Amino acid sequence: MNVVVCVKQIPDPADPGALEEDHTLKRTGKLILDESDSFGVEMALQLVDKAGGGDVTLVSMAPNDETSGLRTALAMGAAKAVLVSDPALAGAGALDTAKVLAAAIGRVEGADLILAATESSDGYTGTVPEQIAGVLDLPSITFAKHVEVADGTVSVQRQTELGYDQCESPLPAVVSVTAGVVEPRYPSFKGIMAAKSKPVDQVTVADLGIDASAVGAAGAGQQIVEVTPAPERQAGEIIEDDGEAHLKIIDFLDGLKVL
Amino acid sequence: MHFDLTDEQESFRKVVADFARAEIAPHAEAWDRDHTFPVDTVRAMGELGLFGLPFPEEYGGGGSDFTTLCLAIEEIARVDQSVAITLEAGVGLGANPIFTYGTEEQKQRWLPDLCAGRALGGFGLTEPEAGSDAGGTRTRAVLDDVAGEWVIDGEKAFITNSGTAITSLVTITARTDVAGSGAAPEISTVIVPAGTPGVEVQPPYRKMGWHASDTHGLTFAGCRVPADHLLGQRGRGFANFLAILDDGRVAIAALALGTIEACLEQSVAYAKERHAFGRPIGGYQAVAFKCADLAVMAETARNLVYKAAFLKDAGRPFRKEAAMAKLYATEGAVTATREATQIFGGYGFMDETPVSRFYRDSKILEIGEGTSEVQRLVISRQLGLPV
Ligand SMILES: Cc1cc2nc3c(=O)[nH]c(=O)nc-3n(C[C@H](O)[C@H](O)[C@H](O)COP(=O)(O)OP(=O)(O)OC[C@H]3O[C@@H](n4cnc5c(N)ncnc54)[C@H](O)[C@@H]3O)c2cc1C
Repeated sequence: MNVVVCVKQIPDPADPGALEEDHTLKRTGKLILDESDSFGVEMALQLVDKAGGGDVTLVSMAPNDETSGLRTALAMGAAKAVLVSDPALAGAGALDTAKVLAAAIGRVEGADLILAATESSDGYTGTVPEQIAGVLDLPSITFAKHVEVADGTVSVQRQTELGYDQCESPLPAVVSVTAGVVEPRYPSFKGIMAAKSKPVDQVTVADLGIDASAVGAAGAGQQIVEVTPAPERQAGEIIEDDGEAHLKIIDFLDGLKVL
Repeated sequence: MHFDLTDEQESFRKVVADFARAEIAPHAEAWDRDHTFPVDTVRAMGELGLFGLPFPEEYGGGGSDFTTLCLAIEEIARVDQSVAITLEAGVGLGANPIFTYGTEEQKQRWLPDLCAGRALGGFGLTEPEAGSDAGGTRTRAVLDDVAGEWVIDGEKAFITNSGTAITSLVTITARTDVAGSGAAPEISTVIVPAGTPGVEVQPPYRKMGWHASDTHGLTFAGCRVPADHLLGQRGRGFANFLAILDDGRVAIAALALGTIEACLEQSVAYAKERHAFGRPIGGYQAVAFKCADLAVMAETARNLVYKAAFLKDAGRPFRKEAAMAKLYATEGAVTATREATQIFGGYGFMDETPVSRFYRDSKILEIGEGTSEVQRLVISRQLGLPV
């Protein structure tokens, strides 16, 4: 079985982030594998292992020919990667990203299953996996906390607020994986060395047959007008207990209509 | 000239740092308190490839250079010296002698499990009456020609990794000249598989530090191992372990470096957040300058350790540099842990503060794999002095 995993390479969350003039995140430094995506990579490796054969292929869109994050996932055991890197993609919105990734997935032969994280740790739109499914006209299952594949069917436990739904879909399908559902392996030293020579198919928007003016800031159909810091939390009201404090607390709760 | 590590070295350092933070640091205090040898963590480190790093893939190793091993030891020592010494001794004293001096058959038999972290090896040099003066070994191995076996009698002291649940062997040094024959003293090394009848693993020592590391005395009484368990040439045991110790000293220095770096990091953080007399204690020069000194110490130790590792990787002589790195970094670690404990004040004396454990753990660094005095001897002799 062949699994494609969409992985995002993001600025290291441990370093303080900065914004560009157009309010998008600065992505000029070294980018790392989004931790959210390490779960999809691990799940893919486990599924391929269980199936007894096949490859895990990574698909990523990133600026400046960035491969650091991809190398981490390759070191974990993925076989190869497709990287789309093109200055035309600066400022791309979620839908453009989905179109580009969908086209990149098209370069991978015989993909049975496409995994992605439910959302990235830097952008948090949480829409790209479903949009990819839409562009590719494939079934989409979201919030997977457990995935099994047998006889051309993927069975998914779909996380809900109360428990999970049991879903099934024919393959190929796009499944988004929630964080923490599997324990991502640490890349071994051998894995890191092997990753150096694993193939990364690096392409531009033109290589994918996409019109550059339709994606990136030009085609985003959206603009970030303003970014303001989240309001600081206000100090709470302190009630001194003069024997009547409980009444004030009751009033307060009553005001919240929780009583 | 440049001081940069390779991309792969940096990547792997990051992996080991993540592993140490997630899998070791949260347990270090409890392991220390309960004197737990964390066998499962050792196995997980094996899966990560740590125990086989510098050995060829054909024996299950990772094929890395020696510098990469030093980086791994350094990163683990930032959170737990006991686990770091388990790795250092497992690779440097357990597997390295077999790899360096073993026959093909010995390597095939022992290395795959040692490299995978499924097994641990020890090296028994020190005896109750012979430590720095390791040439004074009294343990004897006598070849029984008829049975084709070495018969070993004697005693070893303070042997790391010699009594764990997964210990597979201890390589020992022993006199192999025939007693009373008047022949020149001869020291050889012999592999003793764990559990061989006649070798008794003594109860663990009660130690000042390294509580989660495994240390035992061993006694040998009529212990028999097959003649082909001789490691390396007969009579070359003394020269061989001196070479093994050169590698080990750089690795111990890397361990000490990790400790100094941890002291620096934790002291600076604490000096910024702890307030006294209305300001952070780091606002007083007495505390800030201690941190500055720690930073210089970390930088100097790093340069000495990486330089020695670089020389070894380049196949150049490094005995003097190994001794210098070991001497400076281990004495630095004792100073750094003392100063960090001071910066933490009363909290620094409490077990829940990592620097208090680091302080107890560090003293042995000036003693094991050659005391500071022995390092100064090695360096003096390299200077041509008649000491
Ligand atoms: C926790 C722990 C783990 C250990 N693990 C191992 C192991 O795995 N394998 C192993 O073989 N050993 C191991 N050792 C032993 C360690 O290597 C020895 O303790 C060390 O080499 C010192 O030997 P010694 O204890 O006999 O001290 P001694 O040699 O008796 O030294 C006593 C003092 O005299 C000084 N001294 C000795 N000779 C000279 C000289 N010529 N000039 C100046 N000063 C001198 C020493 O520096 C020291 O200060 C371990 C020890 C400990 C505590």
